[in-house]
Amino acid sequence: MIVELGHFALVLALCLAAMQSYFGLAGAHTQRAQWMAVARSALVGQFVFTVLAFGILVYAFERSDFSVRYVAMTSSSALPAIYKFTAVWGAHEGSMLLWLLVLALWSVAVAFFTKAMPESFLSRVIAVLGVVSIGVNLFILWTSNPFERLVPAAVDGNDLNPLLQDPGFVMHPPMLYFGYVGMAIPFAFAVAALLEGKLDTVWARSLRPWTNIAWAFLTVGITLGSWWAYYELGWGGWWFWDPVENSSFMPWLVGTALIHSLAVTEKRGLFKSWTLLLSIFAFSLSLLGTFLVRSGVLVSVHSFASDPKRGVFILMLLALCIGGALLLYAWRASRFRSDVGFAMVSRESFLLFNNALLIVATLIVLIGTLFPLFIDALDLPKVSVGEPFYNLMFPLPMLPMLLLLAVGMHAGWKRADLSMVRKPLLIGAVIAVIIGIAIPLTGYGKAPLMTCVGISIAAWLAFSALIEPFNRIRRGHSLSPSVLGMSIAHLGVALFVLGVTIAKSYTADRDTALSPGSTAQLGQYELTFVNVKDVEGPNYTAAEAEVVVKEGGKVIATLHPQKRIYRVQKNPMTESDFLADWNRHISVAMGEPLGREGDTWSMRLQYRPLVRFVWMGALIMALGGIIAVFDKRYRTVAAKQSSPVTAQAAAKQGV
Amino acid sequence: MTTRQRRMVFVALIVLAAGGAVALALQAFQENLLYFITPSDLLVEKSTAGKSYRLGGMVKQGSVQRAEGSMSMQFVVTDLEHELPVTYTGVVPDLFREGQGVIARGKIVDGTFVAEEVLAKHDEKYMPPEVAEKLKATHGGTLPTNSQASGASSSPPATM
Repeated sequence: MIVELGHFALVLALCLAAMQSYFGLAGAHTQRAQWMAVARSALVGQFVFTVLAFGILVYAFERSDFSVRYVAMTSSSALPAIYKFTAVWGAHEGSMLLWLLVLALWSVAVAFFTKAMPESFLSRVIAVLGVVSIGVNLFILWTSNPFERLVPAAVDGNDLNPLLQDPGFVMHPPMLYFGYVGMAIPFAFAVAALLEGKLDTVWARSLRPWTNIAWAFLTVGITLGSWWAYYELGWGGWWFWDPVENSSFMPWLVGTALIHSLAVTEKRGLFKSWTLLLSIFAFSLSLLGTFLVRSGVLVSVHSFASDPKRGVFILMLLALCIGGALLLYAWRASRFRSDVGFAMVSRESFLLFNNALLIVATLIVLIGTLFPLFIDALDLPKVSVGEPFYNLMFPLPMLPMLLLLAVGMHAGWKRADLSMVRKPLLIGAVIAVIIGIAIPLTGYGKAPLMTCVGISIAAWLAFSALIEPFNRIRRGHSLSPSVLGMSIAHLGVALFVLGVTIAKSYTADRDTALSPGSTAQLGQYELTFVNVKDVEGPNYTAAEAEVVVKEGGKVIATLHPQKRIYRVQKNPMTESDFLADWNRHISVAMGEPLGREGDTWSMRLQYRPLVRFVWMGALIMALGGIIAVFDKRYRTVAAKQSSPVTAQAAAKQGV
Repeated sequence: MTTRQRRMVFVALIVLAAGGAVALALQAFQENLLYFITPSDLLVEKSTAGKSYRLGGMVKQGSVQRAEGSMSMQFVVTDLEHELPVTYTGVVPDLFREGQGVIARGKIVDGTFVAEEVLAKHDEKYMPPEVAEKLKATHGGTLPTNSQASGASSSPPATM
């Protein structure tokens, strides 16, 4: 009974979303305050009923109600409590409900915490978000209802995919969704601005915090996914250019471009139509990602079950959203002219290059992701685009971007005078090159050219990011959250580049057969296989090995990798064990028993120097984005209309 | 710069950058595309020397051989029409099993596929669609019972 209530709540949420859209649009169009108030109330109702539906699904999971098909498919009675909860989004249906819930959360947050925009504008934003809610809600009800009953009820569930029974998975999908779905906000702002035919500084300033927050969530989500894949899948890589990874990475790249373009729109009133276009594309790529993952056209870890109906629906939603928004754009964008100029050397120029290069990077990823699909559609021989393509192509726009970034951070608006920073930047560059040669030689013994280049760029970037905060503090000036956030995010980029360069350059892998007592050499480390024994987990049994890691004859770690067999699904699962220091990871994964007595095992040994910097760098970028949100000017409960005076005053404050 | 000039510069930049990216991408494609083949496709393939492939099919029942305590192994990949012997040295994935779908990346040397990497998918009921399709095409639509067509009962991860 309670499950049917969940289904009913979802239908009610759909109806309220329809009201939210209609009264939002019509109310704004006819300037009827009452209708706009109705849209707002409908949004609150939609939110409440979506929460209720989600809560009921959670309840069904906690109760292990195997008369619900989705629960029977993704949970089991022996599943630990925390995974019963996360199993809610452990498969397609529940994850789409999470999508809807996150959208409702964002909608309410935007509707009630965006103070500076007039009610009619917000009403349109609410309406656009309502339209997206309708699409996703219909999608769930029509193709992927999590409340569908299973008759007769299953005795026990199918269990959660063992790969997903992992702490990393608890947070990865929600974080990612907050980022993905958060891109609906710039989209809604853009569509609302196109409908109003008006876009000013206040618009950009109101949107910036939301974009930053969504982008930060996306960053954290992707990072968690990378970390999860790294240690749970045990393939030893943190990024595979897998189509599904790419489909979260593309909105990120465009989102990054958007953050920077929004800065120009806010400060200088420029790039208006470009910002609108980026807002539309960021969300379009989020939807495209959803389509690619959910339609089953892609083969990856993330998508097994495919249902053509689902794919077609999302494709229609995609066509409607992008097509509609772009049509509106084509019709209205000419209104957003700006007549101010800027010099060739100015912050505007640098950000222009930043945007162009980020878009090129996005195109590269897009081509690599979609090309095999096109080829397949044309019935040509099946092909795949693998890592070598991306490893070759992706650095091409990124290296110039990083160099421009190091200089561009110091460029002023309109016309930049870089003579102030020329000296520190040159000194920094010399030091960076020395570091770039010294680290490889002293730390790792060999120094390939690209490694030195990567480390030098990272060092220069880090140095450059610290100049401004350092100068401000030295001169006793205050350090605004904007400047601090920017510097921290760019410092994150530097650490990320450093991590990627060193992890890529000095990685070591070895697949080898080990019997108890034998030792394998991995770089400068000696790994000794001590023994293997059987252990019991809550819903699995495992063979657990003991491996001692030595460096220069000294024991630095004892690792216990496992080979698990989950009782319900009977799948073997490799649980690697790690030595995880700040500057290195050493991991051991068990392959399979090779000898007849079962005590000789194939093992995969991996050494990953500085790999932690990859994730740390990304998290620091996200932190920077969040810090910038706390800037004072975003909090001003300003007049409902923008006045040119406040806009100019804001422009004078710096970033 | 005036608005107009700036816009032209911007458009030119985008066009140049996008054009350059596409040109380079096509170039990189030429060198880095991996063709997917099945043992049957090999019969019509003219020259295989030096080319890398992704070989898809099923691991033939009873074909996996491994010398005692050795990391090297041999197995046979079949598309139920033709077969191809494969050699591989290293750790195979958790779901590598006889009678299951497999994709191997490698080269062909003297009629044997020398794999550099072996992938099995993360679900025991799962078969790579490309393999399923080929099998369907070559096998008149009937598929081995222990693979394929059980999407409804698999538990797909939900992450995107």
